[in-house]
Amino acid sequence: MDTRSLRARIPGITLVAIAGIYSIVPLLSMLSAALAPKGTYPAGLSWPTHPHWHNFIDAFRIANILTLLKSSTIIVVGVVPVAVLIAAMAAYAIAQLNIPLGRVFYLTLLMTLTVPFEVVIVPLYQEMKGFGLLDSQLGLILPLIGLNMPFAVFWMRAYFVNAPKELNEAAAVDGARSWQAFWHIHMPLARSSLASLVLLMFLSTWNQFLLPLVLINDPNKRTMAGALQAFQSRYSTDVVLLNAGALLIMAPTIIVFLALERHFVAALLQGAIKG
Amino acid sequence: MSSHAPTTAAPGRASAPRTGLRRLRAGAPAPGRRRRSWAGWLFALPALLFYVVFNLRPIIENVQYSFYQWDGIGPSTFVGFTNYVHVFTEPQLLDSLLHAFYLILFYTLLPLVFGLIAAATMREIKGKLTGTLARITLFLPQIIPGAAAGVAWTWMYSSNGTVNQFLHLIGLGSIARPWLGDYTWALTAVGFIGTWLQTGFVTLLLMSGIGGIDASFYEAARLDGAGPIAQFRHITLPGLKQQIGVAVTVTIISALASFDVVYLATQGGPGYQTMVPGIAVYNLAFTANRVGAGAALAVVLALVVIAVVLPLQRLFKED
Repeated sequence: MDTRSLRARIPGITLVAIAGIYSIVPLLSMLSAALAPKGTYPAGLSWPTHPHWHNFIDAFRIANILTLLKSSTIIVVGVVPVAVLIAAMAAYAIAQLNIPLGRVFYLTLLMTLTVPFEVVIVPLYQEMKGFGLLDSQLGLILPLIGLNMPFAVFWMRAYFVNAPKELNEAAAVDGARSWQAFWHIHMPLARSSLASLVLLMFLSTWNQFLLPLVLINDPNKRTMAGALQAFQSRYSTDVVLLNAGALLIMAPTIIVFLALERHFVAALLQGAIKG
Repeated sequence: MSSHAPTTAAPGRASAPRTGLRRLRAGAPAPGRRRRSWAGWLFALPALLFYVVFNLRPIIENVQYSFYQWDGIGPSTFVGFTNYVHVFTEPQLLDSLLHAFYLILFYTLLPLVFGLIAAATMREIKGKLTGTLARITLFLPQIIPGAAAGVAWTWMYSSNGTVNQFLHLIGLGSIARPWLGDYTWALTAVGFIGTWLQTGFVTLLLMSGIGGIDASFYEAARLDGAGPIAQFRHITLPGLKQQIGVAVTVTIISALASFDVVYLATQGGPGYQTMVPGIAVYNLAFTANRVGAGAALAVVLALVVIAVVLPLQRLFKED
């Protein structure tokens, strides 16, 4: 299709290479600091002659990585399946069942889609205090489900609005109720939209920072991102340990990303276009 | 985010003909549809409940707070628009908004310019391995928590961090400094963290769009003697309208509502040089005990986001 020579492509390749290097240099810089001898103040980017891999084991212990992994997992498992399911149900009701006032509900969701979290943190803090849920993971899970609704319903509606309506008629002929049509026919067909939504929501929940910071005092009950703040304020002078710990804290997202790279990129690009 | 939101506020008028249409299309009278419709709300109820309790109600309450003077614990007094007056007259608060706009240059403009040039010269990444490698590296900044990016860049910008190391290497050692602690440069330094966060994403988004432009357009333009610049102006730019719109919208929102990166990199310092609305809201509400002022600033932030995003949606809407 395109017979441009390698030579003509060099400028483009160079630009993308520059962007790629720019993207990973900060991480390499952290790695090089994390491998320096403990207690030293290493130079920005230099491969240490004797990499101290042991720093990671120390950081793992000091930063309580196991506890944080567990806490982040509890929060993600509490938020993502529930939020995806109830958003899909609502989107199905709006787009397929054409519920009365469904459009009003949908437009209200859309109008609050761009409202930044800064707007809700203070009232949410008061609300959670009233519920007695401050400083608990449940007190973070519940608001995150609610805050995910505008995007999640929007995302699933975009799927259901184009899903063939004849499926409902067919299901009705078979005597299936709406729930069965939804669960046995529509949900399996929506698999790929659901999977992208799960990935996007996993990422935003796992990386969530502001809400855990406000709602949970004990860093060990926060998301890993939220716990990073406590770790940083305690070890800000220990460059080696701080960088090793920060790398460990971002490792899970990076590992999941590398494993599902294709799906993530597709979901993120698609997510942006839809959003 | 929908630009047609205000025009469709009359649900009763809109829904009646629609059901008729649907019935016509389905070709069946669909007996009992009305009753089934209300029953359908059972599907939407859980989402509605979570949304109202944990999203809509807090938004409304926040607007309410913004008209009161309240320390978060004791009694509150109605003060009308006083808090809003504070937002626009207290230099620290007003500056935080101006800073947010300044950050747009780095979160949006720079990535967009770079992404357009890269996408136009590259058009597509050839080779499976190169493609995967490019996608992984370019997307990494989007994947890691913003808080971690803050830590990474605190180290990059420190006095013997990589940025200064690089400046020494290219003979600009004289301007080396601890960037995030520098009164003049801290905000710009924070801005470049945003550039780092968004550039890969914007570039890949634009590349995905350029892949969808028919290659024969370029072929034809070349035969007509159109140079690369003319091709860029008349084929690439219009062809990428939707992607550019998306990139601009998404990055502007993240610039205006930035919190985690800035919080971990500078906490708004030195002084108030990198104070952004997000951090100011947090500080007002949770450390200065000025809940009303924090709420007012948050409302202003939300309105600014909407005021910027809605016209953009219209501007970049597909014809």
